[in-house]
Amino acid sequence: MANRNFLGPSGVVLGKGEFWALTLAGFSLFFGTWALVAWAGWLPANLLPSPLAVWDTLVRLWQQPFAGHVYADHLLASIQRFLMGWALAVGIGIPLGLLMGWYRILDEIVTPLFDSIRFVAPLAWVPLAALWFGTGIGGPLLIIFVGSFAPCVISAYRGARLVEPRLVEAAQTMGASGRQVMQHVLVPGAMPSIISGLRVSAGLGWQSLVGSELIVVGAGLGYLMVQGQGNLATNIVIAGMIGIGIVGFAIDVVLRGIEAWFKRRWGQA
Amino acid sequence: MSEIVFKAVTKTFRLPKGGDFLAIDTTDLRIEEKEFVAIVGPSGCGKTTLMRMAAGLEFPSTGTVEVGGKTVRGPGPERAVVFQQFALMPWKTVRENIGFGLMCKGTPKAEADAAIARYVELMGLAGHEDSFPHQLSGGMQQRVAIARAYVMQPAALLMDEPFGALDAQTRIVMQEELVRLARRNPRTVIFITHAVDEAIYLADRVVVMGRKPGRIIETIDIRPLREEGGWEAMPIEEVMDQPAFTHMRSRIWKLLKAREQEKPAA
Repeated sequence: MANRNFLGPSGVVLGKGEFWALTLAGFSLFFGTWALVAWAGWLPANLLPSPLAVWDTLVRLWQQPFAGHVYADHLLASIQRFLMGWALAVGIGIPLGLLMGWYRILDEIVTPLFDSIRFVAPLAWVPLAALWFGTGIGGPLLIIFVGSFAPCVISAYRGARLVEPRLVEAAQTMGASGRQVMQHVLVPGAMPSIISGLRVSAGLGWQSLVGSELIVVGAGLGYLMVQGQGNLATNIVIAGMIGIGIVGFAIDVVLRGIEAWFKRRWGQA
Repeated sequence: MSEIVFKAVTKTFRLPKGGDFLAIDTTDLRIEEKEFVAIVGPSGCGKTTLMRMAAGLEFPSTGTVEVGGKTVRGPGPERAVVFQQFALMPWKTVRENIGFGLMCKGTPKAEADAAIARYVELMGLAGHEDSFPHQLSGGMQQRVAIARAYVMQPAALLMDEPFGALDAQTRIVMQEELVRLARRNPRTVIFITHAVDEAIYLADRVVVMGRKPGRIIETIDIRPLREEGGWEAMPIEEVMDQPAFTHMRSRIWKLLKAREQEKPAA
C-alpha cells in the first residue's frame, strides 16, 4: 500500500469498501466486548444482559405488548410526540430568528433574554412541565420544544445576518418590494444555515424526548424504559435505548440528505 | 427623458472615532440622455459613491441627484445597476435571474419569456438558461448581470467596475460586447472604472476624479477622437494602438498622477 497520511483534516480519504470495513470493525468491537463481558459473568445478568438476550427481548416486545403497547406503538408514540414538539420549535424559532436578524431592535430585546434562558437544560424543565401540564400532552411538547428551540433561532438568525447586502441592493434596484426581497432574497439566502440548524435542533429535540416521557403516562420509548426500570428488566431498558439510537440516527440521515441537496443546489458543495 | 444631473452634491461620512470625513466635495455633473459617461479615478475618490447616489442606494449629504428631472429618493427599476461582484442570486437559474425584475414588475409571462430570450441570445447565453450562477465562469456571470439590467429597458444603466473581477482576456471580449450592445440599445450610462483604457474605449465622455477630497478634476469628450479615427469599425486592440488613443491615455494618466503628487506637498 502506498504511504498515506492518516493525520489531520486533509489526511486520508477512504474508499467506500474501506469505510464500510472500518464501520463494521467499530460495531464488532463494541458488541464483541459487550458479549464478552456478559458471557464472562463479571456482572450479574440482570444488570448486564448479553446482546443476544437484548435481541430476544426486542423480538418479544415487538410481538407482545409491554407497558400496554407493542414496541412499534411505543416507537410511533415517541416519534409523533417528537414531531409535534419539534414542529412547534421550528415554526416559532425560525421566523423569530429571521426577524431578529433583519430587525436590529428585536435583536436587542430578545437576545439577552434568550441567551440566559437557553442554558437551562431541557431536563431541568421537567418539574415545571409536570406542574403546568400534569400528564397531558403539553408537558412533553414543552420539553422537546425547549430542547430544539435554541438552534432553530440561532441558525435562522445567523442565516439572516449572512445574506449578502449586495443581493438585497440588487433586488431593490430591480424594483423588488419589501415582501419580494424577503421571499426571494432573505429567506433563500438564510436557507443553508436554517437547514443545518434544523439538523442540530432535531437531534437535540429527539434527545430531550426521554426526559419528556418521564412525565408521560401512556406510551413512548422513554415510558417503556421507565417501566422496564421499575420491573428491574435491564434488557427492556437497553431495548428502548437501541430504538432511540436508531430513530435518532435515521432522523439525522434524512436531514443530512436534505442538507446535501440544498448545498448542491445553492452551489456551496 | 433620462438625463442624470448631480447638483452641488457633497457626501460626508461620520467616522467611527468621531468627526466627519468629506468623501465628495461639491460636485456638479450632467450626463445627457443616452450618453455613455465613464468615471475614472483612484480608489477612495468617491466614484462608486457617485454612482450609488444615482442608483438611490446612498444619498448626498447636501445637494441633489436627479434622473429624468426627478430627485432620486431610493432604488428603482428605471435605474439598473451592474455590480462588480455580479450580485446574482445563487439559488436562481440564469433565466430566473434575468427575469427577476420583470417578475417584480408583474410582466405577463409570455412577454417576460420573450424579453428574456432576446437578451439571452444577445449576450451569448443560449444553452445556459437553466444553469445556476456557480456553474458559470465569471465572464458568463457578468453577462447574466448585464442581461438582467438591460431586460428592464431602464432609462439609466449604472455600472460599478463591472469588469473589475474578470481576467484580462475575458475583459476585452466583454468590453467589445458592451460597445456592441450600447450601440444597438443606447441608454444613459454611468460606467465606473479605474482602468483608463476601458474608459476611453467605451465612453462618450470620461470624467476624471481625484481624491482627498473626492472631486471632478476634468471632463474629456472622447467622441471627436472616435469619429475622426473611425474607431467604431476597428477591433478593440487596434483602437488601443491608435496614436490618438495612446495620447489620450497618457493625458489622463498625467491628470491622475499630478493630483496624487500634489497631495504630500499640501
